[in-house]
Parts: sequence; C-alpha cells; structure tokens
Amino acid sequence: MISTTTLSYSVENIVKSFGGAKALSGVSMSVSSGEVHCLAGENGSGKSTLIKIMAGVHSPDSGLIRLADKEFPQLSPRQAVQEGVQVIFQDFSLLPNLTAAENIALPTYIYENSKFISKRATLKIAQEAIDLIGVDIDITLPVSEISIASKQLVAIARATNLGVKMLFMDEPTTALTRKEINRLFEVINQIKARGVATVFVSHKIDEIQEICNTITVLRNGEVVADGLMKNFGPKEISQAMTGQDVLTTFISPPLISASQNVIELSCITAKPAFSDISFSIAPGEILGVTGLLGSGRTELAEAIFGKYQIESGEIKVDGVKMPLNSPKAALKAGIGYVPPDRLTQGLFLDQSILRNLVAVGLDSYKSRWGALPQKNLSQAGDKWISELKIKTKNSANPVTSLSGGNQQRVVLAKWFATNPHLMILNGPTVGVDVGSKREILEIIRDRANAGMAFLLISDDIPELIQICHRVITIKNGRISKEFSESELNETQLYKELN
Amino acid sequence: MNFRKLLRRNETVLIFAIIIFSLVIGSRSPEFFTAANLFDILRSSFVQLLFALGVLIVIISGGIDVSFPIVGIFAGYTAVVIMRKYDLNEESLLIPVVLAIVIGVILGGFNAIAIAGFGIPTLIATLGTAGIFRGLMLSFIGATFISNIPVGLDNFSTADLIKFESDAGTLVRLHVLVIPVAIITVAVSYLLNRTIFGRSVYALGGGIESTRRLGISIKRTQAKIYMLVGGLSGLAGIIYVSLQRKASPYDLAGSELDVIAAVVLGGASIMGGYGTVFGTVLGVLFINMMKNNLVLLGVSSSWQRAAVGVLLVIGITIQAIGENRKSKRERLAADQDKE
Repeated sequence: MISTTTLSYSVENIVKSFGGAKALSGVSMSVSSGEVHCLAGENGSGKSTLIKIMAGVHSPDSGLIRLADKEFPQLSPRQAVQEGVQVIFQDFSLLPNLTAAENIALPTYIYENSKFISKRATLKIAQEAIDLIGVDIDITLPVSEISIASKQLVAIARATNLGVKMLFMDEPTTALTRKEINRLFEVINQIKARGVATVFVSHKIDEIQEICNTITVLRNGEVVADGLMKNFGPKEISQAMTGQDVLTTFISPPLISASQNVIELSCITAKPAFSDISFSIAPGEILGVTGLLGSGRTELAEAIFGKYQIESGEIKVDGVKMPLNSPKAALKAGIGYVPPDRLTQGLFLDQSILRNLVAVGLDSYKSRWGALPQKNLSQAGDKWISELKIKTKNSANPVTSLSGGNQQRVVLAKWFATNPHLMILNGPTVGVDVGSKREILEIIRDRANAGMAFLLISDDIPELIQICHRVITIKNGRISKEFSESELNETQLYKELN
Repeated sequence: MNFRKLLRRNETVLIFAIIIFSLVIGSRSPEFFTAANLFDILRSSFVQLLFALGVLIVIISGGIDVSFPIVGIFAGYTAVVIMRKYDLNEESLLIPVVLAIVIGVILGGFNAIAIAGFGIPTLIATLGTAGIFRGLMLSFIGATFISNIPVGLDNFSTADLIKFESDAGTLVRLHVLVIPVAIITVAVSYLLNRTIFGRSVYALGGGIESTRRLGISIKRTQAKIYMLVGGLSGLAGIIYVSLQRKASPYDLAGSELDVIAAVVLGGASIMGGYGTVFGTVLGVLFINMMKNNLVLLGVSSSWQRAAVGVLLVIGITIQAIGENRKSKRERLAADQDKE
C-alpha cells in the first residue's frame, strides 16, 4: 500500500485550556505522508496534550484537525482510529496477561465489531502485522514475559495493523538500549517507506537528528520553531526548547573557604566494589564522581550512606567520626542520599504543592503527640517556596498548576527538606529534558552557595564540567585521577575514563 | 508448552494435591474409592460450581463479588414464594428456574449500577448490596422456612441419572444435574475464551486504562459481568433449594468463603487477569472432597471451615510467591538487557 501521492495531516490553531491554565495556545503543525516529524519540547510544553487531542482523548477548545482531505473540529477515539490516527503511548497500553498475538489482534476484532474470536485467526492477524514491520517476536508468549523492546514492537505492530496513516510515538526510546533503538529506527524507516506520517515525540537531541526529517518545537503551549531538520543543529534545538543557551554555560558557584570539611573519607574499602578511597568535601563544594558502569561509583555512594557494607576505613562528618554501615547514623549525621530516577518521578501529581514539599521529611514536622499540625507544614512549605523561588500564589494549589521547571524545584525541595549537610545525588539528571536539567543544576548551585556540600555521581561529562568544583574518576574501584576546576575539560575526562 | 511450564501451572499442582489427598484418605478408609463417595462429592459440588463460575468471571475482571450467596438464596427463596403466592403450576421445573435466573439477573443489575454506574469499588459495592438484599428479603418477601416446596422442584432432588445398589448394600446415585452443570461449565469456558466479551473480561483484569484505549467499553463490560454473575447465582440458588427440598432465607449466607477459596485455589489471580474454568472445577472438587472426607481422617467437622480458610491463604500465598519470582525474573532480564 505504498501511496504515490503525498497526503498531508495537520492541525491548525489548536487551543486547549484546563481550568484556566492554557496548555496549547494556537498550535499548528503539519506532517506529510512518508515523513518522520519530530515533536520536541520540555515536560509541560504541551506535547502530551496535543497527542491526546489527536487520539481523541481530549477535545480542543478551538482549532481544526485536517486529515488528508477531511476536516474535523475534534476527534472521538473511534473516529481517530477510523481515520488512521494511532498513538503509541509511553506505557504502550498493552495487556500483560494476554499474549502478544491477542494484544495485536484484539483492536482488529473490536474495530470489525466481531462477537467471537478464534485462536487461529488471532495468530494470523498478528503474524501478518509482525511480518509487515519486518521483525521477529514470539507472539504466543504473554506480554508480561517479553522484553521492553519487544513490547514496543508489539505496540507498533498493533498500531500499524489498523490501516494507520498517522502514527504518534510518545518518547519511544526511553527504556531502550542503543541496539534496540537501532532496530526501532529500522522499523520506523519501514513504516515511513509505506507512506505513513510518523510523529516522533522526544527530547533526546541526537536521536531526533538521526531519524527525523522535519521538526516542530513547542514551548509553553506555543510553536517556537519548525522547519526542516537539516536547518537545525543540537544547539538550535535545545535553545528553542528552553529559550536559553544551555549547553555551554559554566555555572559552578564561587567556593567558600572554610576550615572544617563537611566530610572526610580515609581509606574506605569494600571489596570487590572499591578499595582505598579517600577524599574530602568542603562546605558549599560540589564534588563530581564519574566512572564507567561497574566501576564502583554507585556502591561508593551507597556505602557513604551506610547502605553498602564497608570493610575498613573511616568517615568523619563535620570532624566527628561516624559509625559505618548504618543509614540511620548517616541520616543523623546530616547525609542525604537521592538514588537515580527519584528526581524525575518524585511528584504526587494530584496533591497540592505544599503536600508535595513536605512529603519526604514528614517525621520532622510532628508535634510532641505525633500529630501533624498544619502550622508546621505550611511554615516549612512557605520557607521552601521562597528559598527555591517557586512561582506560585498559593501552596494549596495542585502541583500540576506549576510549570515544568517549577515542578522540578518542588521535587528537589522535597529532598532538601531534611536539610542535610552533605547531599549525595546519584544520576540526578538521567532521563531529564534539557530545560529541567538546567533547573536541577541551578538549584544545586543555589544550595551549594548557601553552604550545602554535594557529591554528584553522574555519567554526563558536560554536566559535571558545568557545575563541579572538582571531579574524581573511578576505575576498577580505585580513584584514578582528580581534576581541579581549572583542569576540567571534556576530552581529558573522556580519555581518563576509557 | 514445555514440561517445566506445565509444572508451574496451578492446575497441575491442584491435580497432584487431589491425587495425594485421595491416596492418604483412601489408605485410611477404603470407602473413599467407591462410586457412591465419588457421586456424593459431585452432588455436593453442583451448587458451588455454579457459584464459582460466576465468581471466576468477576475475579478475572479484577473485581470481587461477595453478594452472590445472598443473591442465590434471594432468587431461590423468592421464586418459591412467588410460585406459592400465585399458585403457579406445581409440577413445573422450568417456571421456578426461569424465575430465579431473572431475579438473579435483576439483583446483579443493582450490583452493576453500583459498580459500573457509580464507580464504587467492587468489594464495598457487593458487601453493601448483600446487606441490602438480605434485609429486603427478610422484611418484604419472608423470613420463614418453607418445607413444602413445589412438587416439580421436590421431585427434581431425586432425579437420578444412574441409580443402583452396590455390593455393600449402599444406594449409589448420580444426579441428573451432572449434565446441565457440565454444559454450563463448558459454555462459560467458551464464553471466556472464544468471545470478544470473554477476552474483554481478561483485558479488564489486565489493566483498565489499556482496555479503554483498545476501544472496549469498561462500563458495558462490567454491567454484563455482574448481571451474568447474578443469573448464575440465581440458578445456583434454585438448585440449592431443590436439592435441599426446603427453602430457608437464612441459608447459604457465609458460603462465600468456600467458593472464593475454590476459585483462588484453581489459579484465578485475585489481582485479576488470570484464571481458567478447568482450574475452578478442580478447586471446587478439591474443596468438596476435603470437606466431605476430613471426617474419615478423624478431623472433627468443626475444623472444616478452618481448613478451607487455610487453603484460601495457601492459595493466595502461592500466587504471591509466584508473582514475586516473576517480577524478580523480569527485573533480572531487564538488567541483562541494559548491560
């Protein structure tokens, strides 16, 4: 079904607000058949709202949806499917208890209004769909037993099976390895060759550049840039997404001189993960730690917090020796630890800003009788709102009323609420879009300026250079080199790691 | 399907449990391996199996129904009361059965309104309606025991398919119900596996949001499920009345433990999404076999309920352990993917 004529699918001047907050204000976008179009933007820029409008989940307040030669003021979910608009959501929307074959074939039965189902027909429909995208998966297995990459292919097979003309893929590469991404891209190219208009939603700039022909960038519900991919470099894209020049600014704060180090490690050993690690961090200092996967960096972070068994060595916090291997003692000494992913998935979306702010250190707001007086909570909330410059009129508003960047501040404030002297952040910006990343780094800088010490464990070399005073590299469980602020540069660090 | 997978299935485990249990009891008392005992177990399983098939559908859909015993006795008792009040044909078996099924569907409809219409969690909704139904029955329909049930129903209690006297002199009887109950069992299995409605029930148990995105109406599916369960319960209720040869509005209440235990032991996941008719049949047989024969092992009958409770807990524990192992395997697989 390769179409010879180019068809165009577009939205014009779409406006959508949720309870006064404008999610989309006059968005227009056009995708032609046989094209991979990138829809880029930070969290909260309106990408998801636009996708949901196209899937028929939301109806726009005004605007026009044009699919080939038909025009719609809005779509119902059924209409969307009938007109060939398919969305692959981030969670794939597959049913784990049914087989891959059934997951692929069920929508076909429902679409055809069948009342009965036969195993043979199901397998046939599914096999054809799988063959169509040119992959090989065992479709007789339940979806709960196949890998994430295969789940995604099942979702694609399902979407493409129903005569898809316009396919939305919402952040399809998030959970995939590089090898799997390559296979996904092959599949996308196949679909493209069959004349499907694909919309690839992502904020990973290198992938966007690899697969997309055209691009639309959203920011705060408006189109801020669009055009051919070849006219955009990484810098232009990130600038359009954030409205700032984020890739090159150095933002590490000036170091405060202090006589007493916040933490001193001497000869910490925990075989086989690492051995003989010694370093110290001064108040307001940001120390970066990097190393390859399996070098022992995560174990080191967990060991300082008492979660990973240390065999020998000594840790002093504020000059006082700290008992080892006890998270409780570490917390008491003023060490905070934020594991990976926590900064990206840390919000209770339907709760108020205040409740989100106080969610982590609830114990510290207790009255003598164990109750939680509202006064204590709102005091703490107001303090963090002013200290982290969260822009809101009322802390009782739902956290979703905040912009993406401000939401990020709330997430971080939660972890700072226990007021640690040393904050250990493990991979704080993994999976975060460029704009939110900048927010996170800026907040870290602000806190460091106020005297908090940081141990920042990260893979992201540019980020370490941007914010750290010193960076140590770990190789096979030992410190291989220490870079001072003036020595920090990308090539040197990469060379040291590999 | 390979052998190890077969071993991991609940049905296989249950078959082994049944065999071992039979051997243990059989070695203690030779009566166990007689046709009379087998037919007795079957006879005591009919009503429970009908209830269990309904509960199976609800549990697969990710819900739970605790109102079914009350719906059953409400339908059975009310059908008898209506027969008496309006002097309907005493001889007929069809009239009371149809009446009971219709009443069951109507009561199931109220559950459907509470669950699909108002979105009340299934346990709370059916717990509430169970109380309401019982109260309504006792205050408006009757609170007295009816010992002379219509002749048609009464005769049916002794309608035997096979009847002979064994060498030992005991009367061996296989009730004719074995045929309709087998047909209904096969029909429910067909419904669950071969119809879009049945697959929607599984889909619903797998995830509500994903099911909605498939274009399946959640409310309509739920409404159908609870009305179907109501109908099955009504049928079970009138058969119970017939087999007991009396209609007491106080009966059946409390029997939900046995039925839910049988369904869960049969491998239906209490979290929804999984369960088979075959497993449920085995679960019901196992529970009844145990209840009927614990006495032969010298266990006092007052311990029967506790034994069923233990089985329910064991069944759910096995599920939980399996679930843990599975998620561990998945995590491991995911980690290996990433390396």
